[in-house]
Amino acid sequence: AENEPSQGTPCTQLLVFISTPGCDGFPSLDSKEGYKLTVSKGSILLSADAIWGALRGLETFSQLVGRDENGTYYINETEIVDFPRFPHRGLLLDTSRHYLPLRAILQTLDVMAYNKFNVFHWHIVDDPSFPYESSTFPELSRKGAFNAMTHVYTASDVRAVIEYARLRGIRVIPEFDTPGHTLSWGPGAPGLLTPCFVGKEPSGVYGPINPILNSSYEFVTSLFQEVSTVFPDFFLHLGGDEVDFTCWRSNPKIRAFMKEMSFGEDYKKLESLYIQRLLDIISSLGKGYIVWQEVFDNEVKVRPDTIIHVWKENGMEYKEEMANVTRAGYQALLSAPWYLNRISYGQDWREAYKVEPLGFKGVPEQKALVMGGEACMWGEYVDVTNLTPRLW
Amino acid sequence: RYYGYMFGHSRGRRWVRRPLAARAGPELSELQVVIEAADPGCDSYPHLASSEAYHLTVTEPVATLKAKEVWGALRGLETFSQLVHENDYGGFLVNESEVYDFPRFAHRGILLDTSRHYLPLKSILTNLDAMAFNKFNVFHWHIVDDQSFPYQSIYFPELSDKGAYSSNLIYTPTEVRLVIEYARLRGIRVIPEFDTPGHTQSWGKGQKDLLTPCYNGKQPTGSFGPVNPILNTTYDFMTKFFKEISSVFPDKYIHLGGDEVDFSCWKSNPEVEEFMKKQGFGTDYAKLESYYIQKLLDIVSSYKKGQIVWQEVFDHKAQLKPDTVVQVWMENNYAHELGSVTGAGFTTVLAAPWYLDYISYGQDWKKYYKVEPLNFPGSEEQKKLLIGGEACLWGEFVDATNLTPRLWPRASAVGERLWSSKNVTDLQDAYKRLTSHRCRML
Repeated sequence: AENEPSQGTPCTQLLVFISTPGCDGFPSLDSKEGYKLTVSKGSILLSADAIWGALRGLETFSQLVGRDENGTYYINETEIVDFPRFPHRGLLLDTSRHYLPLRAILQTLDVMAYNKFNVFHWHIVDDPSFPYESSTFPELSRKGAFNAMTHVYTASDVRAVIEYARLRGIRVIPEFDTPGHTLSWGPGAPGLLTPCFVGKEPSGVYGPINPILNSSYEFVTSLFQEVSTVFPDFFLHLGGDEVDFTCWRSNPKIRAFMKEMSFGEDYKKLESLYIQRLLDIISSLGKGYIVWQEVFDNEVKVRPDTIIHVWKENGMEYKEEMANVTRAGYQALLSAPWYLNRISYGQDWREAYKVEPLGFKGVPEQKALVMGGEACMWGEYVDVTNLTPRLW
Repeated sequence: RYYGYMFGHSRGRRWVRRPLAARAGPELSELQVVIEAADPGCDSYPHLASSEAYHLTVTEPVATLKAKEVWGALRGLETFSQLVHENDYGGFLVNESEVYDFPRFAHRGILLDTSRHYLPLKSILTNLDAMAFNKFNVFHWHIVDDQSFPYQSIYFPELSDKGAYSSNLIYTPTEVRLVIEYARLRGIRVIPEFDTPGHTQSWGKGQKDLLTPCYNGKQPTGSFGPVNPILNTTYDFMTKFFKEISSVFPDKYIHLGGDEVDFSCWKSNPEVEEFMKKQGFGTDYAKLESYYIQKLLDIVSSYKKGQIVWQEVFDHKAQLKPDTVVQVWMENNYAHELGSVTGAGFTTVLAAPWYLDYISYGQDWKKYYKVEPLNFPGSEEQKKLLIGGEACLWGEFVDATNLTPRLWPRASAVGERLWSSKNVTDLQDAYKRLTSHRCRML
């Protein structure tokens, strides 16, 4: 710049100092995201313990730079010491109800970075479609995707998402929701889902994963073996929500099993059986897990480091759930008041803003178990044509 | 443009040769379009009485599209383009068909609000395209309001100079002409709305003494209310302003607004109070509002333009012209209002159940689809006075970043309700067609 600006000396450098960078690693729940930003005459310094803090600081710095009427860029003298209140700040995208092209996911990751989100909860498959191309079970997407050529995520697509996220300090936690929400798995994995019955005859309709067959557990083991290697984060989301017992109840083999196990008519016990075996499988693969609240509500025996994801909102009952989950000693994630797919007229951002995640009855030790929360954008009415203006 | 819609502009379709096996079967080589009237209307503007009927016969080797006027041909072309579909080999198919079609209601509109948020030209033009896909034929341009005045007036340049959000967020005369012509080519009328005497805060910035100064006791507060109805200068201004509007916008009708006039500022102003006394209006400010509106209607009539007004103008008993159109927008008991308006002999347009800016979770298109406009108490004669309806997208929470996904395809439900016959009401069938129509529009 040949012309001297009217005030202050021109700053030409932002010095970034990171004590223990970790630039080649992946972000995790324990990542340090604190940073210090000092803008003074003659020097701008951004310092952080880890690269993840530097990224947050860079975002802040970019927000502080303004432009005046003459087109000159300026920044105010500032001193900032910043760090996140909650370590898990996530966004859920649903790519099963509607397929989202790669560019939509990458664009969302950009906007997440602008807002210091650090977890991309990828609800990748569900009842309507199975877009995840599995190398172990290629039939799953071949038969289960909306279109096996155009509406799938290839291995390189998935890698691209994980790396794009990593460069923005965002963890990618995939969710392969079972035993419910699995209709799309059926066509590519015959025998996996429970055949429903009408009287003595199979109705042709299928229900949740069949929890009484060894083949189900073999399948799930192989699939999650693959998922565990493909996705580098320590945590996997295993779902476990909204399991409809009607189909299980209708199936005579399952009813016989229930008798054998003395479960009576309590199908929650059967669900628990499945979930417990699943959790053991995942643990043996060296991963941690997040589950939806039903797993806790239905008294499944889970490991102490399980994270419970609170999502049900009937009035204010989620506050009670947060209290119950943390009182039982489990870590919690809050999504219930943040289902952004539930649109309404006007400035509804205020309702989301007013939520106080720790606004429930509990002792400080309980409150410390709240890891954070996630805004959810379920896909029933969302695709690439309206995702961005609906979410942001 | 229809060739492009059907066969794709940039996909180089023309060189694709179909496999020989697929050539077995009748081939359609031409769509002949015949417009029967002596004056087809290609050089004129569409209007309320335009003929939009068409007769489409698809049979080999030549399909024919016959319409009385070009407007019907446009509607028929849209239908034809919807009948053409692609097979798995990249070939295009159309079923043998015979279609006699015409709209149930002659006024099928979309309201866009370019005052609460400026909408760039591109948004408006894209929306006109979407309207044509849905056979809408009126663009109700709510162009100015309290928040901003983006219309660049030739006689009163200060209005947008001072009243627009910024100097580049305006509609120049060229841009306005562009919108009107783009619409015309799609058989869409452009009816501008210059809403007065309320909703005019932005007018006051560039036109001194137009708005009523509000008072606190004997002191002006510094803020302003609706247009000042007691000054001659007001009517001089309106006379000149609407002279311009009448020549810029070729449609026979201008929307004059007249909604939500807040009387508190008038009440506070001592000169207005005195005027009320002199006129014998007592404390009934609705009479003052009507006094203003009546004079405005006279002005606009003198330019040989018809007027559309919001329902308050009728409700407050202003003396309307016999051909004034009353637009019913208040959702509470709107059927009753339709009965009153038509009972008094006035033509009406329905907007009340179709405020699409009121978003809600889920498939709300169904509730728009289920509306039956003629479900109101009234005789056959009265029902004839309901000439159509409008889906409104008010701009408080809408700009170019979210207009298209918010308005469409929900407005398509309104489009079908206004065009199709009364007994086309099956929601499941509509759902099937709406989902493929949406993908086609994309």
